[in-house]
Amino acid sequence: MNSGDTAWVLVCAALVMLMTPGLALFYGGMVRSRGVLNMLMMSLGSLGVVGVLWVIYGYSGAFGADLGGLGLLGSPSEFFGMSRLVGQEGLSDTIPTFAFAAFQAMFAILTVALISGAIADRARFGPWLLFAGLWASLVYFPVAHWVFAFDETNAAGEVTAVGGWIANRIAAIDFAGGTAVHINAGAAALALVLVLGPRSGWPKETGKPHNLPLVVLGAGLLWFGWFGFNAGSALTAGTTAAIVFVNTLVGASAAMLAWMLVERLRHGRPTTLGAVSGIIAGLVAITPACSAVTPLGAIAVGAVSGAVCALAVELKYRLRYDDSLDVVGVHLVGGLVGTLLVGLFASASAPAGVAGLFYGGGLDQLWRQAVGALAVFAYSLVLSLGIAWVVRATIGFRLSTADEDAGIDETEHAETGYHFGETRNTLRGSRTSEHGSVEALEGSVR
Amino acid sequence: MKLVTAVVQQTRVDEVRQSLTALGVRGMTIADVQGYGRQQGHTEIYRGAEYKVDVVDKTRVEVLVNDVDADEVLRAIVSAARSGRVGDGKVWVTPVESVVRVRTGETGEQAI
Repeated sequence: MNSGDTAWVLVCAALVMLMTPGLALFYGGMVRSRGVLNMLMMSLGSLGVVGVLWVIYGYSGAFGADLGGLGLLGSPSEFFGMSRLVGQEGLSDTIPTFAFAAFQAMFAILTVALISGAIADRARFGPWLLFAGLWASLVYFPVAHWVFAFDETNAAGEVTAVGGWIANRIAAIDFAGGTAVHINAGAAALALVLVLGPRSGWPKETGKPHNLPLVVLGAGLLWFGWFGFNAGSALTAGTTAAIVFVNTLVGASAAMLAWMLVERLRHGRPTTLGAVSGIIAGLVAITPACSAVTPLGAIAVGAVSGAVCALAVELKYRLRYDDSLDVVGVHLVGGLVGTLLVGLFASASAPAGVAGLFYGGGLDQLWRQAVGALAVFAYSLVLSLGIAWVVRATIGFRLSTADEDAGIDETEHAETGYHFGETRNTLRGSRTSEHGSVEALEGSVR
Repeated sequence: MKLVTAVVQQTRVDEVRQSLTALGVRGMTIADVQGYGRQQGHTEIYRGAEYKVDVVDKTRVEVLVNDVDADEVLRAIVSAARSGRVGDGKVWVTPVESVVRVRTGETGEQAI
């Protein structure tokens, strides 16, 4: 057991946890003011549902003993409720398994929350929670097994426990989740948009972002947490984590510049929303690649992703689908870019030790990356379509048009986000229910 | 009694207030408003989607005055609010039937 590594992974788990409230603010600022709370609540909902499911059977499904040696799913019952982990020794004898389980829990929570940006202002909250739970169970936990569960080997190099098929049989490089997190969430977002349809009045009357400073705050929290996400994935406080840290910085920096450049050329002005979108696009793309490229390679990966995503977010208007906050354009596209570019920019001198096409490695790694990316995309898209369709067919998924026009915060949560001005606050603030009435309050004080 | 209503550029409102105070005007109501006249709106861009914003942010100033002061107040506002560019706003005067000061119950010109 290594106390430095353990401290690092636990701190990184907390950093990644902060990404989900950060994402909530990032998304919340981008919708109309009358939908800001629902946007926050969809992310918070993931912290609730997925946090509980992870402990009950999610960790076990992702990292339990492989069922049948196929690399498709861990045993959901092996660590059911995590009870059998209590008192167990550590993962590879460097950190406690619980530290790893805590760290990976945050990934599952964030991935589900990422999807919600595609369906702003139109999904009922209960069905969203049901979707979140089903999707985590049927899509995320298995895919995390494919990508993040590595074979265990003995001193002689023989495999003693089989891990996921993408990580071990295909040997695609996905250091922190370009496939398992971003392509996965992006494909699910596309599926949800196709099942739910566009917002009422889209694209003309769905409004502009209501609070860009909130979006910038959220992006800042995401970037901060992302250092935990990527550098923490080293699972040890050492050289790999440090290189990954620098790559995570510079990939996002380059992507921000690239996005702003595309905007300047196409629309005349670099925008605040474009700058923070570029940051996220860069972070998404460097996530799978951060252990496989040099810092110069990270600049290339970030710059390509920033430029490609800046163009991709405009496609939805031509293709006529309302991916409200561009989960497809940033996470699916950025995830594909980053995962595939590993095959081009990977350098044998980086911690992953694999050379891509531009570094003398030929096409070998590129096809491995493509197989991993396409497998996760196809699986997530098909399963997500099925789950969304089932939710819609059973309990219904969409808000009624009347409720949508009234504002989802009022109709789904009985709240409004902003009460600026004493007049407005007073006019809307008379208590009406027995339970919360002033008389009842006075009675209880006596 | 008259009500002088002015819709002016946001950046000129303090000059309007100061020039009215110099005339002895002791109160006014000020509000943020949106609207449009001959001034063009502007275009905003969010992730490549362009939004034409037709309304412009302005400030509305309302002053109750006695009949004899109305003309002087009107001219003071116009001179303080003018930059010479499109979008300087408008000022208009309307007759007022009755005014009551809430605290004392004074009415008419006593209440102004």
